[in-house]
Amino acid sequence: MTTAVELKNLSKSFPVGKRLFGRTHKLITAVDNISMVVPQGETLGIVGESGCGKSTLAKMLVGLLQPTGGEIEIFGKPLNRLKSSHIGHDIQYVFQDPISSLNPRKTIRQIMHAPLKHLKKLPYKAREEKISEIFAAVHLKHEFLDRYPHEFSGGQAQRIGIARALAASAKVIILDEPVSALDVSVQAQILNLLSDLREKYNLTYLFISHDLSVIETISDRVAVLYFGSVVEMGPADKIFPKPRHPYTKLLAESAPSIGHALNRSSVLEADLPDPLNPPVGCAFQERCPYASSICREEAPALISTSEGVQVACHNANIAPR
Amino acid sequence: MMAFLSLLARNRLAIVGLFVLSFVILLSLLTPFLNLSDPDITNTAERFNMPFSSNAILGTDHLGRDLFSRLLWGTRLSLAVGFVAAVIAAVCGAAIGILAGYYGGNTDNILMRGVDMLMAFPYILLALAIVAALGPGLMNALIAVAVVNIPFFARNIRGVTVGIVHREFVDAAKLSGMSDVRIILTEVLPNVIPVIVIAMSTTVGWMILETAGLSFLGLGSQPPRADLGSMLGEARAALITNPHTSIIPGLMILVIVVSINLLGDGIRDALDPRLKSGALSRPMSKTKVVASKTNQINKANYLLQIRGLKTEFQVKDRTYDAVRGVDLSIKQGECLGLIGESGSGKSVTALSIMGLVASPPGVITGGSVYFKDNDLVQAPYDVLRKLRGNRISYIFQDPLSTLHPLYTIGQQLIEAIQVHQSISREGARARALNLLQNVQIPNAEERLNAYPHELSGGMRQRVCIAMALVNDPELIIADEPTTALDVTVQSQILNLLDDLRRERGLSILFITHDFGVVSQLCDRVAVMYAGEIVEEGATETILKNPLHPYTSRLMACVPKGSAGQKSLETIPGLPPSLDKIPSGCAFAPRCKSASKACRSTEINLIATAKDTHVRCIALEHANLEMTS
Repeated sequence: MTTAVELKNLSKSFPVGKRLFGRTHKLITAVDNISMVVPQGETLGIVGESGCGKSTLAKMLVGLLQPTGGEIEIFGKPLNRLKSSHIGHDIQYVFQDPISSLNPRKTIRQIMHAPLKHLKKLPYKAREEKISEIFAAVHLKHEFLDRYPHEFSGGQAQRIGIARALAASAKVIILDEPVSALDVSVQAQILNLLSDLREKYNLTYLFISHDLSVIETISDRVAVLYFGSVVEMGPADKIFPKPRHPYTKLLAESAPSIGHALNRSSVLEADLPDPLNPPVGCAFQERCPYASSICREEAPALISTSEGVQVACHNANIAPR
Repeated sequence: MMAFLSLLARNRLAIVGLFVLSFVILLSLLTPFLNLSDPDITNTAERFNMPFSSNAILGTDHLGRDLFSRLLWGTRLSLAVGFVAAVIAAVCGAAIGILAGYYGGNTDNILMRGVDMLMAFPYILLALAIVAALGPGLMNALIAVAVVNIPFFARNIRGVTVGIVHREFVDAAKLSGMSDVRIILTEVLPNVIPVIVIAMSTTVGWMILETAGLSFLGLGSQPPRADLGSMLGEARAALITNPHTSIIPGLMILVIVVSINLLGDGIRDALDPRLKSGALSRPMSKTKVVASKTNQINKANYLLQIRGLKTEFQVKDRTYDAVRGVDLSIKQGECLGLIGESGSGKSVTALSIMGLVASPPGVITGGSVYFKDNDLVQAPYDVLRKLRGNRISYIFQDPLSTLHPLYTIGQQLIEAIQVHQSISREGARARALNLLQNVQIPNAEERLNAYPHELSGGMRQRVCIAMALVNDPELIIADEPTTALDVTVQSQILNLLDDLRRERGLSILFITHDFGVVSQLCDRVAVMYAGEIVEEGATETILKNPLHPYTSRLMACVPKGSAGQKSLETIPGLPPSLDKIPSGCAFAPRCKSASKACRSTEINLIATAKDTHVRCIALEHANLEMTS
């Protein structure tokens, strides 16, 4: 199987406390040493809560942010992040807020033409044909092309966002919370559309969300992010039914679903660690009911277990399921 | 453009300004073609003629020059210099602002510190210095006025640009392969232009004044050429003896500047999206009510009874029926879930209870809301004000925008306590501390002195809950209080609400779009669609066996999270637009089993077995058959 995306020790830190001259003194690490491989045609779900680094990761993958360490390879080639004209060539992006990702002062036609003109360098006629083809694929009416973004509902606008991502003919698409701003019934339509498009164009998705049930439904594999690192990664049907990492367990139990009583588990209520003073050892120790002395000294490495699941926890074996 | 003109036309003063200004501009454009006497010819024999004298309609000045002619030529020059200066300042300022805002970092630092240096001097002093360096003359005065005004534009535009650059469509443009220059020109600039126009329209008048000021001091237009400022300056010596020579150009300056400012304010109001959406029209303190009084249909032990509530939004010539006859009741200590998609009217229902729907455009057109024995719809503002935050309190979705950013948590809690209770500051503080402990905020003592931005989202929502609890309310209306929170935090907040209501016997109206949350927290649930309750009953009954097609299909849309479920149920189509709700069942156009009858007759909410109510004709028939 071809590898579509490979991340090698990818990291990103932001300087804080700017000075007028000289180097800044403190760094916040948003993404910490992430490595993963995504084969072509797979949907990798990336789940995590706010502040876990999932948006930073997504922006780095498409080249909108520069990593501070590590490599991104798309189909074996390093992501070209030197020339801004190459951004968007190999990998595209679907935004969370469908309306604000469309320029309010441009027609849909102008928006759709941009990637075909600047990335694909197609002549006008070929562009029009390609747009018709894509619009048919995402079930949008051709007459929408002459309207402005504010005339659309969230679901329609998100279809336009997906159409724009398809126009660049990139084989890899980052979906950054593409359905979290939508109503349930519309969300289902978009998720179905995404599955169909993946089959049709043999796309690879990196689907970022905070919604476990959405992630579980659409993904082949899932990576759970906490405080900038992957804490658990593996096939979707193996992760949530029996979580190995206490954080995954907490997530799974917290997600409200019909017929589940409120989670009154023993997990300690604490906030995320302070990014300016990250704790020594495991980032989850403050909230973890199983934390032992080693957790406060040494950060756990991501270790493969049987069943193809990787987990970063010193107590993965004793943490009850 | 048409929309802009019609908005502008609504502002009468702006229209007056427009007419006066157009007249002045027209006059100055026509000046060369009017058969005027030469403005610069001196005739000392005829000096200081009074207005309406034989050969000069406005009289003559100290050198016997025709004042009318000088006034028109002077106006022409002053207007031209003012407008050109405004355009130069706008173009240079906007360019600096856009570049600084778009590139940020060091570019921003260098450009904006340069602008700051310009701003460090009093502007008139700076203008004088520039003219002094370049030498007196109208062109140099123009340059001075333009330069002095660049910082105003640059700072304004930079702020707007920074906001636009962080919008997602700019990232999207980068991903479409557009270069920076193209993004600035086609993505950023069109969104900045309204701001440039607004800034220009409000500063042109000011620039004309500044140019006149420089000319008055003899640094602008040089004799014998007239502009309004130099006319004033030359007339100064004769201010007492022959006041008309200074009053005439003075009046012209007044007319021009006032008309430009009136028009400029009109343009600003018409272009500014915030003002367009009614931010300036201050809403009334209570929603407008045009409903007639209804009798209470009293059912014992209900704390809140909503009967036939109708709320609509009247925007221009359209009426949006947001709430179309909602019936709800909540018992003491009960938690009622109100579930629906966006636009279903759930939030408007909640806000209507306490008359919090903004009026205009909101109007309550029917029904009653009985809180115990009071009809809140008919209640005067004083009664509502005493109940608001006291017996009935609200928790909103976004705690960051609910809390005041400039006051500490403690100050806000203490204020809320003191509004409704006569209690000393120390007493209120102790109570605030106690409340923060009740909502399980760690280090409550310290947090009292914290500002909202220093807390995490979950902590802020806890503070909002504490604030809702301040006066021991009987009913809490929670409008999507956990939607903006992470799942693990959401679960903590739900636990907290559940504990609080059991400890205190609170009733909660819980608005949400999430069936999972409803199932965990609510005793009963009401499902809303297009402004109506379509199904209502005990949570367990409805979630296990939904009867209304909308409820069952909406539940089917929720991903179950079982991997391999590759295709989800969907509901085709969209909810109806609230100004065009179809007759009969509002869901009929999207319903698989809709019949002709569904689209024609009004459908009532009917009781079914197990104390649930459903608004569906198919079940109505089934029920009739059962009973007959």
